[in-house]
Amino acid sequence: MSYIEGLGSGGRDLRLMDKFFEINWGFILLLCLVAGLGFIMLYSVAGGQIDPWASRQMIRFGAGMAMLFVIALIDIRVWMVLAYPAYAVALILLVSAEFIGVSGMGAKRWIELGPIQLQPAEFMKIAMVLTLARYFHGISLEQVSRLFYLLPPLLIIALPVMLVLRQPDLGTAALLAIGGCLMLFIAGLNWKVITSFLVLGVAAVPVGWQMLYDYQKDRIFMFLDPTRDPLGAGYNIIQSKIALGSGGVFGKGFGEGTQSQLNFLPEKHTDFIFTMLGEELGLMGASFLLGLYILLLGYGIAFALESRNHFGRLVAIGVCLTFFLYIFINVAMVMGLVPVVGVPLPLVSYGGTAMLTLLFGFGLLMCVHIHRGVELPRNSIGLW
Amino acid sequence: MLDVKDNERYKTFTRRTAILSSGALGLFGVLLSRLYYIQVLESSEYTMLAEDNRVNVELIPPLRGRIYDRFGKEIASNRKNFRVILVPAQVTDINRALDRLSKIVPLTEAQRQKILRTAARQPKFSSLTVVQNLTWQQFAEINVNGPDLGGIQPDAGVTRFYPYGPELAHLVGYVAAVSEDEIHDDPVLVLPGFRIGKSGIEKTVEKELRGVSGTRQVEVDAFGRVIRELSRNEGSPGKDVVLTLDMALQSFALKRMAGESGAAVVLDVENGDILAMASVPGFDPNDFNLGLSQDTWDRLRNDELKPLLNKSIAGQYPPGSTFKMIVALAALEAGVMSPNETVYCAGKIRLGNHDFHCWRRGGHGWINMHNGIKHSCDVYFYEVAKRTGIDRIGEMAKRFGMGTPFDFGMLGEQPGLVPSRGWKLANFGESWQQGETLIAGIGQGFLLVTPIQLAIVCARLANGGKAVRPRIIRSIGEDSLAPSEAPSMGLSRRHLKIVQAGMNAVTNELRGTAYGSRITEKGWEMAGKTGTSQVRRITPAERAAGIIRNEDLPWKRRDHALFVAFAPVSAPRYAVSVFVEHGGSGSRVAAPIARDIMRQALALDPVTRTAIGPIATGRSIRPPISEEG
Repeated sequence: MSYIEGLGSGGRDLRLMDKFFEINWGFILLLCLVAGLGFIMLYSVAGGQIDPWASRQMIRFGAGMAMLFVIALIDIRVWMVLAYPAYAVALILLVSAEFIGVSGMGAKRWIELGPIQLQPAEFMKIAMVLTLARYFHGISLEQVSRLFYLLPPLLIIALPVMLVLRQPDLGTAALLAIGGCLMLFIAGLNWKVITSFLVLGVAAVPVGWQMLYDYQKDRIFMFLDPTRDPLGAGYNIIQSKIALGSGGVFGKGFGEGTQSQLNFLPEKHTDFIFTMLGEELGLMGASFLLGLYILLLGYGIAFALESRNHFGRLVAIGVCLTFFLYIFINVAMVMGLVPVVGVPLPLVSYGGTAMLTLLFGFGLLMCVHIHRGVELPRNSIGLW
Repeated sequence: MLDVKDNERYKTFTRRTAILSSGALGLFGVLLSRLYYIQVLESSEYTMLAEDNRVNVELIPPLRGRIYDRFGKEIASNRKNFRVILVPAQVTDINRALDRLSKIVPLTEAQRQKILRTAARQPKFSSLTVVQNLTWQQFAEINVNGPDLGGIQPDAGVTRFYPYGPELAHLVGYVAAVSEDEIHDDPVLVLPGFRIGKSGIEKTVEKELRGVSGTRQVEVDAFGRVIRELSRNEGSPGKDVVLTLDMALQSFALKRMAGESGAAVVLDVENGDILAMASVPGFDPNDFNLGLSQDTWDRLRNDELKPLLNKSIAGQYPPGSTFKMIVALAALEAGVMSPNETVYCAGKIRLGNHDFHCWRRGGHGWINMHNGIKHSCDVYFYEVAKRTGIDRIGEMAKRFGMGTPFDFGMLGEQPGLVPSRGWKLANFGESWQQGETLIAGIGQGFLLVTPIQLAIVCARLANGGKAVRPRIIRSIGEDSLAPSEAPSMGLSRRHLKIVQAGMNAVTNELRGTAYGSRITEKGWEMAGKTGTSQVRRITPAERAAGIIRNEDLPWKRRDHALFVAFAPVSAPRYAVSVFVEHGGSGSRVAAPIARDIMRQALALDPVTRTAIGPIATGRSIRPPISEEG
C-alpha cells in the first residue's frame, strides 16, 4: 500500500493552493480575537502603554501565526514521520536542562542557545502529543489495553514528567501527566485498566507528596487556606480574589483596576492576567474570554472528529487537551480552585514560549483539518 | 479499504471524545460558577477589601496655636522649615546625591552616616529628612538645581518658632518630640516629627494649643506610595493663646537682669496679671524643638546657675527683710505692738545664751515701726516677732499667699515654706524654739518664698489688702480667662497704711535703706523694701573679727539680694519683686534693678493701654505661618 491510496475527495494529491483554501479562517479569526484581548490587557498592565509588553507580544504572535501556517501546510505524514525523532530531541533537551539549564525563579527551565532561550518542557508538550498519536495510530484497539503495548506510552509520559518535576516545575509536570493520561483514555484504554490506574494513582498520592519540594507543599497548603499567611505565600491568591470580586459584573473599567494598577496583584502580566481582565472588564469580559476558548476548543474537537486518519484525530485531541488544561489550570488557579502553579493563560499571558508552543499546536490542529481526508491505515507506517 | 477494527477504534474515539468534551464543558461550568460566585455573590465584600487595600487614611497634623503677649506680639509661632527630604526608592545612588547636595549645604561626616543608616533601616518608599532649617538662599538654590540632585527634594515643613528665644524660655517653654509615655489618646501623637509642649505654657495649655488633627484619604499602591489624594478633612488648628505679659517689659527686665542669676516679676497690683516674669540665665527653646545636642543638654543641666529652672516660680529662697512687712502687720493685727511704740536697738539683743544681731553693728537706737521698716532694723523686728509669736506670723504669711503654690497655670511652681510649731515637730521631731521665731522675724531661718510670691505679697500690700492671685493667660482661643476674684483679706486699712508708709520711707526718705534707688519722677514714686538673706552662719569669731564682705566670699556663699516694690505710691499699679541669687546686698544690687524695671513699667504703663481681645480659632491677627526665613 502506498500513502496515496486513500486520499480524500480533494483529489489524489493536494496542491499547496488547495491546502491554503482548506485553512479554517473562522478558527484563525478566533485565535486573533483571543490574542487581541491579550494585547489589550497587556496595554493596560503597562498603564496604557504599548511598551514593554503589548508590542513584543504582538511581534511574537505575528511570528507564531506565520509558523502556524507553515506547519499547517506541511503534509501530515511528515509530522507522523517526525513524531519519534521530535520526542527523542525533546527528551535529550530535557536531560541537558538538568546540567546546563539556566535557573529562573528557582527552577532550571531554560537552555540558552545563543540568543534563543529554549524551554524543553514546552517543546515536549507537542512532541509527546505527536508521539502518543503516532504510537496509538499504529496499534489496534485491543492492543491498547494490553500491558505489553501499554508500557511504551506509560514510559513516554513518565520520563518527561519526572524530568520536569526535577526542575522543578509542578505546573508543567501536571500538564504533561494529565495530558498524557487523557491521551491514553482517548486512545481507548478499557475501563478496567482505567479503574486500576485510578486506584493506583490515589494510592500513590502520599508517595508523591514526599517527593514535593517545600515550596510546592507550601503552595498546596496555601491553596487549602490562603489566609494562613496573607502577606506571604497566600498573598497572591487573596489579592487575586479581591481583584476579581471587586471587578463585579461589569468591571472597574479598562485601565481602572485598582488592584492591578496599584500593584496589589502580582504577576498580572503573566500568570494572573485573567484576574486583571476580570477586575477591569468584570464578569462580562471574563466570560467572554472563556466563551472564545470554548469556541476554539469546539473547532478543535470538530477537526478531530472529521479527520479520517487516527493519527490526525489523536493529534487534534491532544492539542485540544493541552490547550484546555492550560486554560483550566490557570483560570482555576487565579480563582483559588487549584494551587498556584506557574501555568500561563494561553495566548493572553505575556511570554514567548507558551505562545509559540500553543501556536505550534494550533498549526498541527490546522494541519489535521487540512489533511482530514487523508486516510492512513493503521499498518501503513508500522509501529516503529 | 478501512479495517473493521479501525472502524471500531473510531467509534471508541468518538465516544471518548464526547466524554472528555462533556467533562471539559463541565469544568468550564465550574469555572464560570466560581467566577459568578466571586464576582457577583461575594462582590461587595471583595470591593470593600479592595478599597481597604487602596485607601489609606492619613492624619493631618493640626497647626499649633500661637502664643501672643497682651498686645498681640508673637511669642510662639509656626515657621516654615525649609528642609531637604529624600526617598531612597527614587534615588539611584544616595552617596552621589549627597555629594551633590553638600555642594550647596555642607554635610558633616556624622550627618551623612546618620542619613545612610536611616535609609538602610526604613522602607524604601518612606521619605527621610536629610537636612533642615535651611536658609531661604540654600532652599532656593536646591530648588533651582532640583533635577541635578537625583531624587533629593526640597520640602517646606512647619516648625515651632520662638522669636524671642531665651527671653521667654522658662515661661513659654518649648516643644519637642513626643516621648513614649506621652502617647495616649490622640493618634496624631504618633506621627513622626510631631511636637508637643514639654514645659511652660506650651505644656500647660498643650491640649488647646495642639488642636484637632484632620484626616485625608489617599490612594496608595502596594508599596505604600501615595498615588493621589481622595478626600480631605482639615481638622481644626490649635487655639491661639494670649498672655498677660508685656513683651517690651519682659525684654527690659531680662536685659536688666542679664549677667545675674535670679528672677524678676512685675504684677498688676489690681488683678495679679503677670506683666513680666524673668528668670536668668535662660536657654534657647528653639534648640529643643530642633533637637538638642547631648553637649548642650549636659551643659544646661550641670550649670550651677541652673538655666533650666524658672526661678521666678520654682526658686525658693529665704525672704530676708522683705518679710518684715508681714511681721509688722501680724503684730498690728494681733494688737501686740503699737506703731509708735519704740524699741531700743543696741546692735543686738540676747535671748537665752544667744546673741541676735542687727545688720548694723552699732545699732539704731530708739526705733518705732515706721523707722523699723525704713532702716530694716533687725533688733526691732526680733522684738516684734517675739511678741507676736510664730503662729500669728505664719498665719499672716499664709494669708499673703506664702507657703502654697498659686496653681495659676505654670508647671513646676514651688510652694515655698512657712514654718510652724507643728511643722517643726513633724519634720525635726523637735519643739519650736523662741530663737527661731526671732530669726523668722527677719525673714531668715526656715522661711522660704518664691519671687512670684514676693510679688504677690507686695501687690496685696499695695492694693489695700485684696487677695489678688497671679494670672498669666488672658485668653485661650475665643475664651477669656477672667482674673480670679480678689476678695479682701480683711486687714485694717490703717495698719496697711502704716506698713505702706514704712515702705515709702525705705525709698523716699533720706537714710532709707533704698533711698539711693528711689524714683524721682513726680507721680511715679516707688515704695519698696530691701532684703538681704544670709545663706551661711556667721560665727561669733567672724563677727568679732569683722564680717567678711560678700565680695570676698565665693559666689555660692554670698547673701541673696532681694527687693520688693510698688508704684506709684499715691495710686499703686505695679508690684515688682527682684531676687538676685548670691547677689550680695538687697539695697545695692536688687534695689537698683527693681527701680529700673519699675520705671520701665511706669513708662510703658501696659495696664492702662488696651490689650488685644481673645482670638477666635482660625481668625488670626497675623498670617498663621510667618513667611520670612
